[in-house]
Amino acid sequence: MVSEAPHSVRGRVWKFGDNVDTDVMAPWNTISLPWEERRKSVLHVRPEFAEQAAPGDLIVAGRNWGCGSSREHAPENLKLLGIGGVVAESFGRIYFRNCVAIAFPNLACPGIAQACEEGDDLEFDVASGAVRNHTRGVELSGAAYTPDMLAILERGGLLEMLKERFSAA
Amino acid sequence: MGRTMAEKILSRAADAPDARAGDYVTARADRVMAHEAFTVCALQLRRLGIDRVFDPERVLVILDHYFPAPTEQMARGHVIARSLSEQFGLKHFLGHAGICHQVLTERGHVLPGQLVFGTDSHSTTYGAIGAAGTGIGLTEMTWVLATGELWLLVPPTVRFVLDGTLGDAVMSKDVVLWLAGRFGTEVAQYRAIEFAGPLAAGMSVASRMTMANMGVELGAKFAFFEADDVTLAYLRSRAPAASAGVEAFGPDEDAEYEAVHAVDVSGLEPQIACPHNPGNVRPVSEVAGTPVHQAFLGSCTNARLEDLEVAARILKGRRVHPATRLLVTPASQQVAVDAAREGVLETLLEAGAHVTASGCGACPGGHGGLIAGGEVCISSTNRNFRGRMGSADAEVYLGSPASVAAAAVAGKIVDPRELW
Ligand code: SF4
Repeated sequence: MVSEAPHSVRGRVWKFGDNVDTDVMAPWNTISLPWEERRKSVLHVRPEFAEQAAPGDLIVAGRNWGCGSSREHAPENLKLLGIGGVVAESFGRIYFRNCVAIAFPNLACPGIAQACEEGDDLEFDVASGAVRNHTRGVELSGAAYTPDMLAILERGGLLEMLKERFSAA
Repeated sequence: MGRTMAEKILSRAADAPDARAGDYVTARADRVMAHEAFTVCALQLRRLGIDRVFDPERVLVILDHYFPAPTEQMARGHVIARSLSEQFGLKHFLGHAGICHQVLTERGHVLPGQLVFGTDSHSTTYGAIGAAGTGIGLTEMTWVLATGELWLLVPPTVRFVLDGTLGDAVMSKDVVLWLAGRFGTEVAQYRAIEFAGPLAAGMSVASRMTMANMGVELGAKFAFFEADDVTLAYLRSRAPAASAGVEAFGPDEDAEYEAVHAVDVSGLEPQIACPHNPGNVRPVSEVAGTPVHQAFLGSCTNARLEDLEVAARILKGRRVHPATRLLVTPASQQVAVDAAREGVLETLLEAGAHVTASGCGACPGGHGGLIAGGEVCISSTNRNFRGRMGSADAEVYLGSPASVAAAAVAGKIVDPRELW
């Protein structure tokens, strides 16, 4: 089986604080706009982010990243910007489920906000929960995915699984 | 060992005789609610060659977030949603009857003990009548529409035992805001809540809905009240056919909780959540005097008849301050009808309120009352994230309907007890 989304990602870190909500990742009045217009407002609390984030960059955040609305545009916007994944102290639960469903690696890792700064070179693996900060030589351990969650990630998301399930039927 | 409400419902829905907190289960939905998101999900299904939903009887579609359509694009979206609902043979296309959670509850489309997935985070509202409601995103909804099931972690439960009485002009909204301030917006992250105790037992279903609604602001997956005599009387009066045979539903007495917080709210002062987080809560005395440009009485949190009545009581014989505007968006068409019959709308209109069509309206910053940079809105809604209701440079304060009405009169945040 081809692994559509890797377990392990490595990249340069953008750092955010606590309680960053899905409204600032995807403001309501932008969610039906075409991507080129919508991208400008992604995480608009830091306007340079949407302009300068490069494919493969990672996000490190504090507590309750993605709290708020069920809008899937929040993680989808980050994925479309090319963000490789997110490591946070904790997540809003619907946001986190949405990430699993669209195969966007997000890992809860208590202690990450202390152990990582903007620009660090970070690597994490959702299968093992291992987090390595290569810049600082720090290793942490986060909440590894369950086998079911890993299966969804490996297939490239729930829609791919749905396709398989119904074409098999 | 006894079971919590979440454990009971998920054991049944997953056909796992004794599912316990911490277990992963695959559970079957009793009801599935999709608002405008249905269009995206149904088109996704089509693309995958799937032309039916798991059970056309259990899927409810309603158009509330963009009603009345603010743009031609949204109007087109509604046309497509309607036509897809027909093509998929849905038995319950609810059109534009009001805000999803209000309409499903008041019409008995959701009943105690059921498991409900909705494309909306405030699906926790169904917990007010003892149902396990939770929000999911578009991709998971597409999956659920096709299969009827979803994997879930059986959540541990945090129980709030509420005691004490609320004073005049102090509402269940003040209690839930106070809980968010006192216990934080993650107190129930990945968990279920049970609201219990004498205060909860004495609350109307409307008041319970406000608290269950904001359960998600406490992080919760489900936010329950027991389905008791109050619940059954509510359902029987509104939806006699649907609720025939429905019984009381609650946890076992010896259920095991992750935490039990006993809280006495006697003497509670009205509470206000300050920008830009629902957990940034202060007693009204600490923010009194903040000038307000818009007062919004709407949303699935606080725009039921009871809420409009409280506002009308404060506004009766008074005028909305010239420096502010008061927008009232009844939670459903039925609420608007009831409020009209009772003369509540007349009181609000005479005081200078603008009453809009039922729907989400200004709540998520969609349409019908967005605010400009530099403006301040006091709102009876559930979220005050930066940019939520319009400009990222605007500020939203959350309060009860009483606090919203009082601020509309004063043109600034005031203690609503002064105008009661
Ligand atoms: S009224 Fe507001 S919170 Fe309620 S469903 Fe609509 S947008 Fe969501």
